[in-house]
Amino acid sequence: MAHTLVEKILLAHCDADDVRPGDVVTVRCDVVMANDVSGPVAFRAMEKMGADRVFDPERVVMVADHFLPAKDARSAELQARLQHWSEAHGVTYYGQGRGGIEHTLLCEEGWIVPGAVIAGGDSHTCTYGALGAFGTGLGSTDIASCLALGSFWQAVPETIEVELGGRPGRFVTGKDVILAVIAQIGVGGGTNAVLEFVGAGAEALSVDERLAVANMAVEAGSETGIFPADGAVADYLEGRARTEWAAERSDPDALFRQRLHIDLSELEPLVALPHLPGNVTRVSDAGSIPIDQVYIGNCANGTMTDLRQAASVLGGRSVHPRTRAIVVPATQAIWRRAADEGLLDLFVEAGAIVSTPTCGACFGGSNGVLAAGENAVSTTNRNFRGRMGSPESGVYLANAWVAAAAAVAGELVHPGAIA
Amino acid sequence: MRAEGVAVVVPGDDVDTDVMYPGAYLNIEDPEQMAQYLFEGFDATLRERLVDGTILVVGSNFGIGSSREHVPLAMKGSGVRGLVGRSFARIFYRNCVNLGLAIVACPAAVDVARDGSRIAIDAAGAVEVDGAVFDAPAAPPLVLELGAAGGLVEWTASRLGD
Repeated sequence: MAHTLVEKILLAHCDADDVRPGDVVTVRCDVVMANDVSGPVAFRAMEKMGADRVFDPERVVMVADHFLPAKDARSAELQARLQHWSEAHGVTYYGQGRGGIEHTLLCEEGWIVPGAVIAGGDSHTCTYGALGAFGTGLGSTDIASCLALGSFWQAVPETIEVELGGRPGRFVTGKDVILAVIAQIGVGGGTNAVLEFVGAGAEALSVDERLAVANMAVEAGSETGIFPADGAVADYLEGRARTEWAAERSDPDALFRQRLHIDLSELEPLVALPHLPGNVTRVSDAGSIPIDQVYIGNCANGTMTDLRQAASVLGGRSVHPRTRAIVVPATQAIWRRAADEGLLDLFVEAGAIVSTPTCGACFGGSNGVLAAGENAVSTTNRNFRGRMGSPESGVYLANAWVAAAAAVAGELVHPGAIA
Repeated sequence: MRAEGVAVVVPGDDVDTDVMYPGAYLNIEDPEQMAQYLFEGFDATLRERLVDGTILVVGSNFGIGSSREHVPLAMKGSGVRGLVGRSFARIFYRNCVNLGLAIVACPAAVDVARDGSRIAIDAAGAVEVDGAVFDAPAAPPLVLELGAAGGLVEWTASRLGD
């Protein structure tokens, strides 16, 4: 029987003889991950389950990244709880100064390989599809059960194939690819399905760009967004992968719910207007909107690719007087590399601030939240009402070129007008 | 999985988990403290109408966004026993199932339900609104099994005991 890539991965991780969309199966985890928000809630549930040890300490990773560094005593207690629990259970713990934002970090640290199943206590666990893995976001009780049993229940999703053709023009990135998909199918259009990205255009995207694409699959309602592993993934994983892996892809005669085609050469820089990620328009059609803050970072858009794009706009220019700019390298390793390349100094010289890796203001936690009446251009993934602070603020989601251009212009503007 | 109670209608579609429980309050890990922030970014007056035995009646794609279990934990802590909606976002749906809340997609029931309607949910395939019965797709067997156990905590505990 023909299978899609995700059906093959799930079949290899459950006891069923075959899988079809809609089947509910028990899926074995290769990695279970949680953070300072989802972890402590999961630990309580695990205690109620009567589970006093994890299924396999070698497959459990905890990352402090949401309220980092701690903004108040309550946040500090969450981190302390995460650290102490990790030590007591002998699992890998990435704490302050030793890691970064979970999804970029776990890829960088070689935990994610093609064909793996990752259960993550964070909705953007779908990011791991960039490396050909089935990463999917779960709530804390699910994570508690995964920690205890090493498995979770899962309805086998259908697959929506997104064929990418052509080559993107200047200022068009992975962010625009996924915004174009969400614009086309809507914020619920991928529910009970995965997005699978194929074609010459997909293969031409770098791993960093694929992270940006897969990261927002959940914003279409999808379980994950996945790219079949190729040479670019093999190169990325060289010297990094913690386990052996083999590349798989969908059978040519597999059944898909839907097939989309996007010609990258026709894309322009896009922006999702407040307050929904599917509220997408071209930057050039968005009109001039004064911008109070620019935020460059998050679990898929604080990569070297993003930072270099931003630097090429901000280099030799200044952040507009009415605008604040925050740059958040996603991991300690990226922070150091950006420093080595002189990017961090360039940002500060332009009038931006450079933050330690953190989820920070992306979810309205700390580190640059918005006041009532303020607008932000942000390379993050959600612009729900109040997402980055006041319910009376607005968030415009866009790529790093657009964000950096807005920082210079003080308003939403096509980057071609600046750089 | 069955639940009965009185309807509170949550208007609109694509209601996300950020407005139902803003990120600023995610540094709370005690479920008993979460209820006081439910619907904080959406309509804080809604939570004053929740009583023990509330059934929430919601639109399409309810619960999009973050996997934060704070939302259904706060609902449960406020007396919510179940949800009837046009459709649900996947992570929110499974979080409700895992916490033992009765959750079912049934647009026909949503069409007729009003604030104060008496609602009975049977996750095996029916919703009753003020005496009128509507068919709903039956939840898969494993989901019904979780519901019968009381939720994923109890289900996992029984597996660990085997």
